Amino acid sequence: MAERLSPLEPVLRQGSYGQFENGVGIILSETAPGSIVQLAAWPGQEKAIIAAIKKATGLALPDGAGGGVASSTKAAFGFAPAKFMVVDEAEGVAEALAKAVAPEGGTVTDLSHGRTAIRISGPKAEWVLAKFFAIDFSLVAFPVGAGRSTMHHDIFAQIQRSAADQYDVYVFRSFARSFWHTLRRGCEEVGYEVR
Amino acid sequence: MLITCPYCGPRDVSEFTYQGDGNRQRPAPASQNLDAWNEYVYERLNPAGDHNEVWQHSGGCRSHLRVVRNTLTHEISSVAFARGHVAHRSPAKRGTKT
Repeated sequence: MAERLSPLEPVLRQGSYGQFENGVGIILSETAPGSIVQLAAWPGQEKAIIAAIKKATGLALPDGAGGGVASSTKAAFGFAPAKFMVVDEAEGVAEALAKAVAPEGGTVTDLSHGRTAIRISGPKAEWVLAKFFAIDFSLVAFPVGAGRSTMHHDIFAQIQRSAADQYDVYVFRSFARSFWHTLRRGCEEVGYEVR
Repeated sequence: MLITCPYCGPRDVSEFTYQGDGNRQRPAPASQNLDAWNEYVYERLNPAGDHNEVWQHSGGCRSHLRVVRNTLTHEISSVAFARGHVAHRSPAKRGTKT
């Protein structure tokens, strides 16, 4: 597999920034998963795709709009009708999914090099994301594991809440550096750490 | 203005793209009925009231949606996926007037 280069490599600098003397509210990091895969089901084949995801990754997707699951090493969520995102620390998941999905069930698209995954966690994570995205980040409206498709101006983002105060944001890699700069600017009001 | 996407829930109008009048009925591709093509391309109802529209949730799940919007108040009275939508009214009785 071709060596992966992060678009954040020239700008991601670990350290403490913002008003960190008052405590760290946000932790930013790049998760760089080995596999980012999107699956689309043909009409009526959603259940077959959910079953294929379970077979290939062991992740049991709940039925319903935006439903998802997240563990420490892998995650999956629905981001559009009959469309699903699967993320894994390990490489090669697209091949496993392609074997599990029958041609009449749907399609598998390997986006491992096409998306950049940014993890935003900490007690102020919800607060900073609410500055960028006009969606409801409360736990009631956006439960743990769930996914959302939205945008910040022209930057499309798929967001999964992977823990109560942790979000994984997937952006196009060509937008990632620009989004990273904007995100850091948004975090400056509170203390934040880049890991 | 908020549009309640059937998949994503209520979202700001800035996430959506207007895709035109939802009353239009496209003639069959091989049709040589010029009146039907003229109506499809040019004729619009422009009602003051409820209007059938097609929108795309381009900044979200990217679904195409059938929306009924009041052109006077911007009230959205119904939103549904365009996929599977078949109930076109006949061209003569298009739209809903107040």
